Amino acid sequence: MNLLLAALAVLTAGGVLAALCGRRSSWAAALGAGGAMLGGVTGAAGALAGLGRTMPEIIDGGAQLLWGHAVLYLDPLAALFALPVCGLGALTALYGVGYLRHHHVHYHGAVWLWFNLLVAAMLSVFLARDSFLFLTAWEVMTVTSFLLVMSGGERGAWRAGWTYLIATHIGTAFLIAMFLLLGDGQTGFSSFAAGDRAGLLFVFALVGFGTKAGLLPVHVWLPEAHPAAPSHVSALMSGVMIKTGIYGLLRLLTFLGTPAGWWGWLLIGLGLATGLYGIVQALAQHDLKRLLAYSSVENVGIITLALGLGVLGWSTGNTAVMALGLAGALLHTLNHALFKGLLFLGAGVIAQATGTRDLDRMGGLLKRMPWTGTCVLIGAAAIAGLPPFNGFAGEFLIYFAALLRGGTTGAVAIAGLALIGGLAAAAFAQLFGIVFLGEARSSEARDALDAGFALRLPLAVLAAGCVLVGLAGPLTLWLMVPVITTVTGTAPHLLFPVLAAPSSSLTMIVLAIAGLMLLAGALAWCVRRLLARRAVRVGLTWDCGYARPDARMQYTASSFAQPLTALFAGLVRLRRRGNDPAGLFPATASLATEPHDPCRDGLFVPLFGWVARGMAWLFWVQQGRVQYYILYIVVTLGVLLLWKL
Amino acid sequence: MNGPELLARFTAALLPLVCAPALLGIINRTKAVFAGRVGAPLLQPYYDIFKLLRKGAVYSGTTTWVLRAGPVIGVATTLVALACLPLAGLPAPLSFAGDFILVAYLLGLGRFMTINAALDTGSAFCGMGASREAQFGALAEPALLLALAGLAWLTGQWSLSGIYAALSYETWSVAAPALGLITVTLLAVLLTENSRIPVDDPNTHLELTMIHEVMVLDHSGPDFALVEYGAALKLWLTGVLLTGVAVPALTGNPWVNMLLALAALFALAVAIGCIESMMARLRLHKVPQFIAGAGALAAMALLLALEH
Repeated sequence: MNLLLAALAVLTAGGVLAALCGRRSSWAAALGAGGAMLGGVTGAAGALAGLGRTMPEIIDGGAQLLWGHAVLYLDPLAALFALPVCGLGALTALYGVGYLRHHHVHYHGAVWLWFNLLVAAMLSVFLARDSFLFLTAWEVMTVTSFLLVMSGGERGAWRAGWTYLIATHIGTAFLIAMFLLLGDGQTGFSSFAAGDRAGLLFVFALVGFGTKAGLLPVHVWLPEAHPAAPSHVSALMSGVMIKTGIYGLLRLLTFLGTPAGWWGWLLIGLGLATGLYGIVQALAQHDLKRLLAYSSVENVGIITLALGLGVLGWSTGNTAVMALGLAGALLHTLNHALFKGLLFLGAGVIAQATGTRDLDRMGGLLKRMPWTGTCVLIGAAAIAGLPPFNGFAGEFLIYFAALLRGGTTGAVAIAGLALIGGLAAAAFAQLFGIVFLGEARSSEARDALDAGFALRLPLAVLAAGCVLVGLAGPLTLWLMVPVITTVTGTAPHLLFPVLAAPSSSLTMIVLAIAGLMLLAGALAWCVRRLLARRAVRVGLTWDCGYARPDARMQYTASSFAQPLTALFAGLVRLRRRGNDPAGLFPATASLATEPHDPCRDGLFVPLFGWVARGMAWLFWVQQGRVQYYILYIVVTLGVLLLWKL
Repeated sequence: MNGPELLARFTAALLPLVCAPALLGIINRTKAVFAGRVGAPLLQPYYDIFKLLRKGAVYSGTTTWVLRAGPVIGVATTLVALACLPLAGLPAPLSFAGDFILVAYLLGLGRFMTINAALDTGSAFCGMGASREAQFGALAEPALLLALAGLAWLTGQWSLSGIYAALSYETWSVAAPALGLITVTLLAVLLTENSRIPVDDPNTHLELTMIHEVMVLDHSGPDFALVEYGAALKLWLTGVLLTGVAVPALTGNPWVNMLLALAALFALAVAIGCIESMMARLRLHKVPQFIAGAGALAAMALLLALEH
C-alpha cells in the first residue's frame, strides 16, 4: 500500500514538473516519462504485494473531502487491476518518449501532465474506498483521457473527443445515481447495503460501467476516441482504462450479496452480442487503429460473457462455474492489457513509419520492420486466443466454465465463444497478413523503417509477457483465488477443490505447448537440413503464368473480409462509393467502401438529433442581451430565496 | 499398465503417422473407380511425399519466413492434436479435462499460419483462398466445438479419451438421435476442414475456384511435402473423431479394436470418395449455409441430449 501511495505521488509530481517545462520537449519527456516509469514500477511492486493479501489494507486519511472521506484500501481485487495499469503505464511512458519525438504536439509538458494524471487517476479508482473519492478519480480519468484524445491532432479528434465526453458522462450520471441509492446518504464503501434494490442497482451499474467498458450499444464512443489518441495513450485506454468498467461491476457485486439469476443471463447475452458485433465490425475496418478499437469491444464482450457465467454459477450455488467464470474474466482482462497494449503500440510504430493508418496502403512491412512484425504477429495470435499464447489460457477457462454449467446456457456460450474466436482469428490474420506480408501497396510502405529502441523495447516486453503468461499455466489460475474470494466471499478452501481439475488441465496444456514448440523447432530444423545442399531458387509468385505481378493486384483488407462482412451484413453496413465499369471497353472504374456502425447511425445519431430538436424551443432564452441575462440571475435568486424560506 | 496394453497404446499413437497418407490414396482410388479409370496406386501419396522430400525448393522473392513457418506449424499443431486423440478405445498419450478445446484451437492455429503463409506470397489468388479459408474456418469452429461438447455432456466425460472410451452401442441405443446428428455434424466439419467436396474441390484446375490448393501454390520441395503430410494427418484426425462416434470400440481386445477402427477409417475414405464422385461442389455463397447447417444439427443434438 505504501508503495502504491508513493507511486501516486511520483506520478503526480512527474506530471506537474513536466507541465512546468512547457514547450521544452526533452525536459518534459524526461520528467514526465521518468515519473510515469518510476511510479509504474513502484506501483506494480505494491500491487504484486497486495495480490496475496487476505485482509484488505485500509488507510484512513481521516480528512473530510467535501462530501466524502479520504479512505483508500488495497485488496486482491484492486491489486489485480492495479497491476496492469502500473505495468502498461510504465511501458507506454517509455514508448511515449520515442513516439512523441516524431509527433506534432504543441505542449509536450501538458501531454505528459495529462498522461501521468490519467495513470494516477486509474490507480485511485481502484484504491478508493469512498464513493466521492471514486467518482472524483473517475472524473479525473475521464477528463485527462479526453484531453489526451484531443491532443492527438488527428483529423476528427474533436468529434471523437466530444462523443467520448458525452457518452462517458451519461454513464457517470447513472453511477452517481447508483452510489446515492447504494450509500443512502453515506459515501464510505463500508456502509453500503443493497437491501431490496439490488436489481435496480445492478442495472444502473451495468449502464454506467458498461459505457466505460464499451458494451453494446453504448460502445459507440470507443472506436471514435481510441484511434484518435496518440498511440501510447490508445494502448493505455484500450488496454486498461476500459477495464475500470469491469472493475466497477466486480466491486459493485461485492456489495450486493448473492446475485439473481437474470443478472448472469443479462451479462451473458450482452457479452455475446458485444463480442460478435465488435469482431464483425473489426473485420470490416480498414483503419488499423479502428480495427483494434473494435476488437477491444469484442474482448470486453468476452470478459462480460465470462463474468455472466461466473454470476450465474454464483446465483445457483455452483462454486465451480462461479470460480471458473470469474477466473476466466479476470485472466482475460489481464491478458487483454498485454496483447491490446502490444497491438496498439505496434500500430503506432506502423502508422509513424508509413504515415498512414489505412491497411490498404500497407503491405510487405515484415521485411522492413522485422522486430515490430514479429511482436505484432505474437500479439495477433494471442488476441485470437490461439495457443501457445496467453489468450488461449483465458478462453480455455471460459470454455471450461461453460462446459461445467452445461445446458442451453453452456451450449450458447460455447458456440458463441467459438464463433467469436474464429472470427477474431480471421480478423487478425487479415491485420497481420495485409500489413506485414505480400508486396508494399504504397511508396511509404516500401520505404518504411523499423522503430528505434525506445519504441521496440515496450513491444518486446509485452510480446514476452504474452508468451510467458501462456506458459505460466496453473499459476495464473491460483493467482485469481484471493480475488474470487474478495468478490464472492467464498473461502479459499472451498475454491481449491473445484479448481483442481482445470488447474491440472492447464498444466497439461503447458506440456502440450512445450511439445508443440519442440516439434515445430525440430521440423523447421529438418527442412533446413534437407535444403542445405540442394538448389534453392528465388522466383516469382505464381500468378497463373503472368510474370509481371503488381502490388495492386493483391487482395486488400476489404476484399479479404468481404465474404464475412457480407455474411454478417446485419451487423455492419458498408457504404459503397465509386463508378462501376460501363460499356464494352471500360476506361475507368473505382470502388471505395466505408464501414458504418448501425448502432451509431441507427440509434444514437437519430436520438441526439431528436434531443437537439427538442431543445430548439429553448433558443429564445438565448437573446444575446446582457439585460436579459441579469434578469435571469435575479429571477433565479428570487426563486431560490422563496424556496429556502 | 501391463506390457501388451502399453504396446497397443504405443502402436495406436504411431498408427496415424504411418497410415494417414493411405486415406488420401483410398479416396483417390475410389474416385478413379467411379470414373472408370485405373487410378494411381494406393500408395501414391507416400511416393509423392518422398519425392518432394528429395527435391530442392523455389521461393518467391516476395515471401518471408512466414511462408516457411506455415507448413511446419501446420504439421506440428496437427501432431500435438493427434497426441490428444484416442483410437479404438485406447486412451491417448495426452489426456486431460477439456483437451478437445485445445484440439480445436490447435487446428485454428494451423489455419491461422496457413492463411498468413498464403498472404505472404502477395498473390491475388492466394489472398482469395486465404479469405475463403478464414471464412469457412470461423464457421466450422463452433460446429466442431458444439459437437464435441455435446459428446462430453452425453457421456459425462471431459476428455477425448474419456468420451470415446465411454461411447458404446449402449450409448447409441439410448441416445441414437443425438449421436446421429453429431455424426452428421462431424462429417460436415471433416469435409470443411479437409477442403473436400462439397466445400472445396481438391482436384480443380482453376486457381479462381480453389480454396486450400491455391493457398499452397507457392510451396515446393520439403515444404510442400509437409503440407501434404499435414493434410493427411488432419484428415486422419477428423476421421477418427467421426468414426469413433459412428463405430465405437466393439470388443475387449485392443488389437481387434484397432483393426476395426482402421477398417472404419478406410471405409470412411471410400465414403468420401463416393461423395466426391457423386456431388458437385456447392456454389461459394452456399457453403456458409452448409457449415451453419452442420452447426444447427449439433445444436439440435444438444437439445436432444439435454433431454436425458
